Amino acid sequence: MLTIEDLHVKIGEREVLKGINLHIKEGETFILFGPNGSGKTSLLMTLMGFSGYTVTGGRIIFRGQDVTQAPSFERARLGLGMSFQRPPTIHGLKTRHLVQMCARGRQVDPEALAGKVNFTEFLDRDINAGFSGGEIKRSELLQLMAQNPKLVLFDEPESGVDLENMQLIGKVVRSLLSGELSPRAELSMKEQKSRTARSGLIITHTGYILDYVNADRGQVLYNGHLCCEARPRDILEHIRSYGYQECVRCLN
Amino acid sequence: MSKVDLSQFTFKGLERPVIEDLRTMSAADKEQLIMSGVDVDETDRSASFLHMDHSNVHCESNDPNVEIMDIKKALAKYDGLPDYFWKLIDKDKDEFTRAAAENLHGGYFIRTTKGVKIEKPVQSCLFIKADKAGQNVHNIVVVEEDSEVHIITGCLVADSHNAGAHLGISEFYVKKGGKLTFTMIHNWGENVTVRPRSYGLVEEGGAYLSNYVLMKPVKDLQMYPTIRLAGRGAVARFNSVVVAPEGSHLNMGNRVIMDAPETRAEIISRTITTGGTLIVPGHIQANAVPARGHLECKGLILGKGVIHAIPELEGRVAGVELSHEAAVGKIAQEEIEYLMARGMDEEEATSTIVRGFLNVEIMGLPAKLQETIQKTIAESEKDMF
Repeated sequence: MLTIEDLHVKIGEREVLKGINLHIKEGETFILFGPNGSGKTSLLMTLMGFSGYTVTGGRIIFRGQDVTQAPSFERARLGLGMSFQRPPTIHGLKTRHLVQMCARGRQVDPEALAGKVNFTEFLDRDINAGFSGGEIKRSELLQLMAQNPKLVLFDEPESGVDLENMQLIGKVVRSLLSGELSPRAELSMKEQKSRTARSGLIITHTGYILDYVNADRGQVLYNGHLCCEARPRDILEHIRSYGYQECVRCLN
Repeated sequence: MSKVDLSQFTFKGLERPVIEDLRTMSAADKEQLIMSGVDVDETDRSASFLHMDHSNVHCESNDPNVEIMDIKKALAKYDGLPDYFWKLIDKDKDEFTRAAAENLHGGYFIRTTKGVKIEKPVQSCLFIKADKAGQNVHNIVVVEEDSEVHIITGCLVADSHNAGAHLGISEFYVKKGGKLTFTMIHNWGENVTVRPRSYGLVEEGGAYLSNYVLMKPVKDLQMYPTIRLAGRGAVARFNSVVVAPEGSHLNMGNRVIMDAPETRAEIISRTITTGGTLIVPGHIQANAVPARGHLECKGLILGKGVIHAIPELEGRVAGVELSHEAAVGKIAQEEIEYLMARGMDEEEATSTIVRGFLNVEIMGLPAKLQETIQKTIAESEKDMF
């Protein structure tokens, strides 16, 4: 699904990613840990193709195509989707309208999709205008459901979310990643999964999201380097006990 | 603003015959009328008025509670309309008011029945048909106590290359508890000079809500419609959506004078220049308390052009609450990239943001008119990026 080879990225003169190698398989969910300023968000922004993140070396291969220099809308159309942490308000653009635009011509039912994230009453509000932390997450998930991407990039799905919302968001993230499965006559659940399963790359600070999603692999990003590949729960346990300091030793 | 030479325009002799049915007009004229918000079928309108060059050519009311006639007829019928005619505007204010006072061509007189809410909008249309025509009109609207009406006015030229001058006096009277929604769509041309002079008086509990849309080029336009809130609890709101292409010189302000307690005023303008010059003053003056006023002026410069926002707040007594928010700039890159990450290319993203910026939905217009405006916005987008 996604292969990152020796990726070097600069913001201005500062190198923020220093040779990242990462492979995410189809249907796999990968968890990225790391302290503030370690380069996690920069990695996601670079993958999505935002301006200001200059790739100075390496390649990004997404679904067999080299997208290292591709504009972000081409990546999105190839099936890359991203949930933003602090999306901008766009006045006069209704959430409903944006949801329809995310679907790019496919038939979607904004009411039904919004119902899943308890967001129907926001459909006629300007996108992100005065949304709380939890509302932003739900709005981002709503747009992603309409967009139907193959690989979803989540930037801290749990940040700024209260407990009640966390449960809703966790469940929706899980169903977005695994597809909603229910026993159906014409298709076994295994076959359903193979058809709907998506890949995911999730940045987490606290690890709360691990209570909801089945994450296959995880790694720590520290000071622009990836290290410590392990099962996400083990990494989380380790960080909780010893902090990120251990990662530095690991690197040395 | 350049000096206007009125002698370049024909202010005499362009009389026009009556048009019984607007549908019999030429296809080109009808198209222009429709783009200016006119419903030529008149089915969704309670009354219609059309003034062409120097004559009133069509005037019809389908609602017994809407009185509508040419201003000259009204002056004859009501002994010169002593309570309304030139009562809010000084006829010696400038050369344009003088021109309209000395040589009146027409204009509409519209009055509602007390206590009646008029369901369908009233439409009026001021049309410059001949090249180089100069038009002097004087309009008077009287919204009687506890009545409501929506007036949609389209102002236009037959051919966007024609030259013309439109001098329009408008006096609005909103009586106790009345509500006037006044929607004006300007559809002028690159050689047209426009000088509206408008003033409104709103009594206790009354409301004046103005919507203004200008998407097409206009050589030279200057106006500063003013509303005086004279009675307790009166409300005024101006909402403008304006695009100035290259060659357009626009100086368009809005002013609200709050002369009574518990009044509210809101002036909102969204302006885009793609090469034109836009001067956007705004003035809220509060002389009584409590009074709340807000002025919001947002401008986008797409490519080139000038936007000069001049928001003015004038509190003349302790306790007033006045605020303003003005911003002139470009489309935020962050907004474009957000939409591009959802699969839109740069042009689609920009266009989506511009359409949101020029949001006319909040005006609450009839669906068909809103569609027409959206269509005009889509057309003028060609010049934007």
